[in-house]
Amino acid sequence: MTPARAVSLVAKREFVTKVRTRSFLIGTAVIIAVLAGYVVLQSVLFDDRQRSVIGLSGQATQLADPLRDKAMSFGIEVETRDVTPAGDAEQQVRDGELDALVTGAPPELKMIVRGSGDEVLTTVLNDVLRQQVLVAQLAEAGITPQQVAQNLANVKVAVTALEPVDPQHGQRLAIGLVVAALLYYSLLVYGTMVAQGVVEEKSSRVVEILLATVRPWQLLLGKVIGLGAVGLLQLLVISTIGLGLSSAFDVVDAGSLGGAALLTGILWYLLGFFLYATVFAAAASLVSRQEELQSVLTPISMTIIVAFVAGINLMIGSPTGATVTVLSLLPPFAPILMPGRMALGVAPAWQVLLAVVLALAAIAAITWLGGKVYANAVLRTGARVKLREALRL
Amino acid sequence: MPEGVLEIDAVSKRYGEVVALRDMSFDVRGGELFGFVGSNGAGKTTTMRIALGVLAADSGEVRWNGRTVDLDTRRRIGYMPEERGLYPRMKVLDQLVYLAELHGMGTNEAHTSAENWIARLGLRDRRSDEVQRLSLGNQQRVQLAAALVHEPDVLVLDEPFSGLDPVAVDVMSQVLREKASAGVPVVFSSHQLDLVERLCDRVGIVSEGSMVASGTVDELRSGGVPRLVVESPTTGWADTLDGVRVIEKEETRCVLELADGVDDQAVLHAALAAGPVHEFSRQRPSLTELFRNVVTTEGRSA
Repeated sequence: MTPARAVSLVAKREFVTKVRTRSFLIGTAVIIAVLAGYVVLQSVLFDDRQRSVIGLSGQATQLADPLRDKAMSFGIEVETRDVTPAGDAEQQVRDGELDALVTGAPPELKMIVRGSGDEVLTTVLNDVLRQQVLVAQLAEAGITPQQVAQNLANVKVAVTALEPVDPQHGQRLAIGLVVAALLYYSLLVYGTMVAQGVVEEKSSRVVEILLATVRPWQLLLGKVIGLGAVGLLQLLVISTIGLGLSSAFDVVDAGSLGGAALLTGILWYLLGFFLYATVFAAAASLVSRQEELQSVLTPISMTIIVAFVAGINLMIGSPTGATVTVLSLLPPFAPILMPGRMALGVAPAWQVLLAVVLALAAIAAITWLGGKVYANAVLRTGARVKLREALRL
Repeated sequence: MPEGVLEIDAVSKRYGEVVALRDMSFDVRGGELFGFVGSNGAGKTTTMRIALGVLAADSGEVRWNGRTVDLDTRRRIGYMPEERGLYPRMKVLDQLVYLAELHGMGTNEAHTSAENWIARLGLRDRRSDEVQRLSLGNQQRVQLAAALVHEPDVLVLDEPFSGLDPVAVDVMSQVLREKASAGVPVVFSSHQLDLVERLCDRVGIVSEGSMVASGTVDELRSGGVPRLVVESPTTGWADTLDGVRVIEKEETRCVLELADGVDDQAVLHAALAAGPVHEFSRQRPSLTELFRNVVTTEGRSA
């Protein structure tokens, strides 16, 4: 039997066993539900945030079009409703069905609001009103209002931006956060899964039968590949559905931004998983029972958690800052931070390349070292094996 | 037909200051059932683990048909570790197929063989159950099936009979006999000495990491100090005989131990001279007595 066959048999068993479990199916479903909830919430907030319903009554109804246009130029959306007669419309304002009620004829317009009223909306209305009055007076003075409007439209301040403004910044940040969160989840969950698998084999002693026919590195590699594939499958399912939902709800431009984020996400998942899985496995091989597992895994989990929490804060605050740049290059943090920064579009190519090279070097070193610890410790049951002993042998 | 010799040659192993094995040597020939007995901590499990390459020996060698055992030959060994080991959450059939494949069988062959052993060991209606849902006895059967499923050329079983009910003991004995008659060398350790005595062609007694006695049960029993059982109504006749020690005496029956070179016929004559003799026979020690003897003498010498 070739080593490749041995590794693939182990990997196949890990994959099939895990994918069939209820926890995998439920876990995936829960994440998709959370993600869907997030997307729907985003789109609802996006919709609701700047949409005002204004009731127009009597002569004010002729303001509907200019009001909507003006509001648009202020970046808010206005829905107008003809509520003539205005009798019960006041009640609707009180009930919150209408954000404002406008009655009367220009120039003596009245606006009724429930509380303090929206400042922007008031400004919009004032503008519309002034324009109406201006047009009326121009007409009286015998000047064509259209001519004036055209002349006015051509007058603009010339804006020079020192830093280019990214119109997609919001979307990029959202994608970056989601990618970082998914990678954080995948690395932590599937790394822990590798650790649990190692301890399960050790505590059930099946490892003794296995190692009579395969070498430790074949068993370890098969396990890492098999579980890594399960994680990848889950990541793909989640992100495909997530992207589909986002584009269906118009939250994210799925085509370019989402697709690129998916690719970098997968690349960094693979790098991160191979980096962390061996460490998880080596740590787990030191103990013999699931109960002892937590204590050896804590330092590893903490690293991932720190990468995520600190990274998220830095990414939102100052994605180009020195701290986050340096962290995103270091192998333990890169798998979470670099794809986040890449999604934000703030990582130059040389930094990405450097991070990948460093990660690959770290994987080579960790695999060698972790494989050694694993091979030395995995058959030693009973008391916890000291790391120094496992390394010395 | 697999036919060959498994040789354990001068294997030594120490754990720090503790010597686990000291020049452990024995061989098991094809078609032979070899019983491996010894008290706890004598080195049986360590020997088996070294034979399977699960543990590395400090010195010495394990050979199969004259060649040092490597990973490829090891795949041809069926192994049942002392600490039973199976995936608790894997189904019986899946588990056996997986282990058969890991030992080099093709998928179809592995399925056929797994189904075959499941049927032979009476596990057919449990084949889709997770191993952890099985009774301990049935788990043992699966464990045996796991050692046999790849049709090994050698069988190394650590305490295969412990925890089995009488029916399972019979099934296990039958399977081991069958494998041996198919030319497979079978080594197993056990504390159930009567079983070893009944089942094994040869027995090795281990004490403190070395093989202190090995041979067929008959050879072992006829070795050692000769004993005689004499039934005679007269008493005291044996007390004065040279080289004869009375080790048991009850009413008309006594057990004598003869020193080297003492002729049993002379003893018979002496008995007849004293009175009538109703029974005169050679007593052969049971394996249990031999074992106790070996272990206690070794214990004293240490």
